[in-house]
Amino acid sequence: MVKVTIDDKTIEVEPGTTILSAARQIGGEVVPPAMCFYSKLPGTGGKCRTCLVEVSQGSEKDPRPMPKLVASCSTPVMDGMVVKNTTSEKVKVGRGAVVEFLLINHPLDCPVCDQAGECHLQDLGFENGGEGTRYEEEKRTFDPVDIGNKIKLHMNRCILCYRCVAVANQLTDKRVHGVLGRGEHAEISTYIEKAIDNDFSGNMIDVCPVGALTDKTFRFKSRVWFLKPMEASCECTKCSGKTVVWMFGNEIMRVTARKDQYGEVEDQDGKTGWICNDCRFEKKDISKWNIIGPRKINRHSVISQGNYTSPRQTIKKLN
Amino acid sequence: MQSLSNRSKVVSDKPMTFMEKLYLPAILGGMWITFTHLFRKHNTLKYPEQTKAFAPVYRGMHVLKRDEQGRENCTACGLCAVACPAEAITMVANEREKGEEHLYREEKYAEIYEINMLRCIFCGLCEEACPKEAIFLTDRLVPTEYERADFIYGKDKLVESMDYRIDITDRQSTGKRTEK
Repeated sequence: MVKVTIDDKTIEVEPGTTILSAARQIGGEVVPPAMCFYSKLPGTGGKCRTCLVEVSQGSEKDPRPMPKLVASCSTPVMDGMVVKNTTSEKVKVGRGAVVEFLLINHPLDCPVCDQAGECHLQDLGFENGGEGTRYEEEKRTFDPVDIGNKIKLHMNRCILCYRCVAVANQLTDKRVHGVLGRGEHAEISTYIEKAIDNDFSGNMIDVCPVGALTDKTFRFKSRVWFLKPMEASCECTKCSGKTVVWMFGNEIMRVTARKDQYGEVEDQDGKTGWICNDCRFEKKDISKWNIIGPRKINRHSVISQGNYTSPRQTIKKLN
Repeated sequence: MQSLSNRSKVVSDKPMTFMEKLYLPAILGGMWITFTHLFRKHNTLKYPEQTKAFAPVYRGMHVLKRDEQGRENCTACGLCAVACPAEAITMVANEREKGEEHLYREEKYAEIYEINMLRCIFCGLCEEACPKEAIFLTDRLVPTEYERADFIYGKDKLVESMDYRIDITDRQSTGKRTEK
């Protein structure tokens, strides 16, 4: 076990753990945000640079600080390492710059985007971004395209985190989409818009941190903060059948996998709870689902804006 | 008890004098006061003919604005509805088809947009929340109706017509959105 201190909080973790997962073991405010890293998908991380932290002491043996900010998702901890995240001014400035770069080509069409309200880039911009933009050039633009008949790709909004590529790599043996081009010309695409016909392709939508990949069956249907997320289960031969159904009244507007506080799909029965396309796109009839109960949502999330139960419970706690 | 304002008068019940018993001087005095009011400055307006200017921040009936080219600004983002404390606003969004670019500004638009004027408390939070400068409260008054259903204003009553544009340049929340 190695000892690591993140923002004056010390924890002992397995050797080889990354700073980010050590921070997640501590939990709370010390956890750096992550746009591209996805703990359930090996090979992700190191691309978006939002998880930058300052290492003010490399290890017990070599206490020199690391010269630059490091990406916490891909830097393993050392014994006696001291990491600064929220307490470091350098990290604050650096992360603000990363957000500014991520937003250079982002259209900021949140009022139109279906991801608004559960978008990680929105949260990141809200917490670390600047008030205005300094970018005056033309943004790169693409036309929205259909990937298969159930997924819409808005390449404008993509931040090239490669999560969807990783999900396709790890769920299927025949990946048909990937990143074409390099640098500013890079885009998620399939050759000749070839349809992705895999039973689990819909999970690309769940792992996408922005609104680049969206559910066509939910497209412009509602806004997430008008919906009630309910935990539900169904008999499914392909997947665990354990999902969250987003309801408007008695109508199921969309179905997603169950995600944890970091926006990652939770484990169900010992494995990652990816859900199949049948559950996600086809079962919109309430009789096909066994509704278990309301999904716990962070009280500060916009999704829980219509929920009036928690303040009363808080008052009870205060008394 | 000692008076705080020193304006209190002590009531006496001493018998009235002859002049007081006549009552006439008091009546005439009162009528004189009434008469002098005829020549004072009037405090009221002759309403339908004369109107008073509204304050620029007056919050009356809503308008859904169109842009300079006549396209609807509203993109049905739902922020007005989530900001509304009275839950008066409902909407259904739809996707803009090819060929409708002259009607709607963004690729998504409000197919149905309804404000229940009986629920609305005219707080102006919808105007403040709107990221697209689509909804404004104006200096127009919501007319009275006979049926409750008539108070649910749809897009037919809310969206401004191109022939009769509603001026909102005095509103505090104009100019939020910078032109691309």
